Amino acid sequence: MSRRGSPATSAKAKHRTELLRQMLRIRRFEERCVELYSTAEIRGFMHLYIGEEAVAAGLMQALSPDDAVVSTYREHGHALARGVPMVSVMAEMFGRVTGCSRGRGGSMHLFDVSRRFYGGNAIVGGGLPIAVGLALADAMRGRPQVTACLFGDGAVAEGEFHECLNLAALWRLPVLFCCENNLYAMGTALARAQAETDLALRASSYGMPSWAVDGMDAEAVAAAGHRAVETMRGSPGPCFLELRTYRFRAHSMYDAERYRDKAEVEHWKQYDPIDRLTARMRDDGELTDETLTALGSEMDTELDGAVSEAQAGALEPVEDLTRFVYTEQP
Amino acid sequence: MTAVHTTYRDAIREALREALRDDERVFLMGEDVGRYGGCFAVSLGLLEEFGPERIRDTPLSESAFVGAGIGAALAGMRPIVEIMTVNFSLLALDQILNNAATLLHMSGGQLSVPLVIRMTTGAGRQLAAQHSHSLEGWYAHIPGLRIITPATLPDARGMLRPALECPDPVLVFEHGSLYNAAGDLDEPADAVDIDNAALRRTGTDISLITYGGTLPTTLAAAEQLAAEGIEADVIDLRTLRPLDEASILDSVRRTHHAVVVDEGWRSGSLSAEIAARITEHAFYDLDAPVERVCTAEVPMPYAKHLEDAALPQTDDVVAAARRVVG
Repeated sequence: MSRRGSPATSAKAKHRTELLRQMLRIRRFEERCVELYSTAEIRGFMHLYIGEEAVAAGLMQALSPDDAVVSTYREHGHALARGVPMVSVMAEMFGRVTGCSRGRGGSMHLFDVSRRFYGGNAIVGGGLPIAVGLALADAMRGRPQVTACLFGDGAVAEGEFHECLNLAALWRLPVLFCCENNLYAMGTALARAQAETDLALRASSYGMPSWAVDGMDAEAVAAAGHRAVETMRGSPGPCFLELRTYRFRAHSMYDAERYRDKAEVEHWKQYDPIDRLTARMRDDGELTDETLTALGSEMDTELDGAVSEAQAGALEPVEDLTRFVYTEQP
Repeated sequence: MTAVHTTYRDAIREALREALRDDERVFLMGEDVGRYGGCFAVSLGLLEEFGPERIRDTPLSESAFVGAGIGAALAGMRPIVEIMTVNFSLLALDQILNNAATLLHMSGGQLSVPLVIRMTTGAGRQLAAQHSHSLEGWYAHIPGLRIITPATLPDARGMLRPALECPDPVLVFEHGSLYNAAGDLDEPADAVDIDNAALRRTGTDISLITYGGTLPTTLAAAEQLAAEGIEADVIDLRTLRPLDEASILDSVRRTHHAVVVDEGWRSGSLSAEIAARITEHAFYDLDAPVERVCTAEVPMPYAKHLEDAALPQTDDVVAAARRVVG
């Protein structure tokens, strides 16, 4: 069905190229983070997103710069796809004052208010009420924005999940609940923790439009995101997306992964979102080896720059330790 | 300026009304704040005056609506969240501690949370162990929060305005036994200082240090002591965090004796913190060890005689002061 060369195809190709670029960017970034972790330049808890890139890349395309994003501790991909500069994310990983949270947050607490990126929450389910509140403020002020709230399948077991879906539905608030269902809450499989594993079904019981989406397909995520955002801008009230995805790496750098076997991971790697989109674009004649090579070298340049700038970034003076406990007023 | 006869409850309501009237970003939300008029009737009539958008009844989901207050504050609103009692606030502790208190710091100064959370605290009404505790000292442990405890009519009336002007989360602890306290209050009211403790009575012999619901108890004790020739300073802390250490030390350096009266449990309490600070900074000014009058280390019982026995009473304060002054 390829219609090579037509304007429609080229718009589609452009869209796909952007999705691919974002996914590659996130993956390369995290692969570099693993290297930097092994040399102890990055420390703390670090949760990798590898395998799940289609969600961030697709979803962020559906949002406007005025919309708000609330994220989790596995948020490098969310932050990068949202437009938080790679250099400031990397500097944060290094604990530098040049980082997006001045080195006070680290991997789990990336914030960028200028992009309405509200972190970076390391308490499972902890971001959901904040998202409801952001949407409440927008609704009360008559602003058209939506708030996208990302969380994992583990959060579905928390009381806050149910409290917040109820509240957002009750008050007709524009929250896009985005559940990244990667099948594991740390090491506990969804089926071992949830009586009903169809999460979109559960969300629909709160009376909100809910869709289950192939979270390993960036185009499908982007389409679902657009559909949900359009629904919410058209009539007030929340929507729910269950993004069925999989993480190829361990929960965190400390995880020995005793809870799942390698065959399962290998099986899911067949659905690698980057490989899938690459293959699709090749089949449709939208991607050449040259383009791919060019993308790769663009990534390397950005990444090398981010790492060297992060390494060179200053540390916050220890005398400033107690700043930002209370707001500094002029 | 005219003086009106009012109550602590009505003074808080008037402060809420003023805030809602003067700033369209302000709204009140919580359990039963609307149609019911507030569990303690503080918000009675506000729904009719300001409508359901700004006087929001919430489901019984403390974590969600407290967290929603945080989110709304981040997006430019000035929410006042009411939690019925301090015991229920524990269901929202994750949001209060892990988000409200930390977002500014974790974000490197990007996210201020201008949120006011009001709740009832304390015992004395035979409500037993799940409605009677004084946990404000726990909250005062947490950097990033501001903890205020209005104990008088002017404070009930005047503390809300500076709390709303504060760019950081402010928790207001209203002692349940104070709501019916009555007296005359000037209108229009002055905003109250929420940075400094207030000296409610001056004396030369001993410093009685307290806050909130035990202020009347302590003032009554001071009167009894005066009849015996012992003149007490009574310090109303008003703000438990940041603590006005200077006012405490200033008083103790003048009187050389101190008793801390705190309705919290003694172990790991705010009274422990105050006693420690006096020891750290004014040890050589003391003529006797600091004493504390606290709640007995039991979950609060229902039966009146047992509840009375558990709580700091005027006679307990008098006895402690006598021992200290020797």
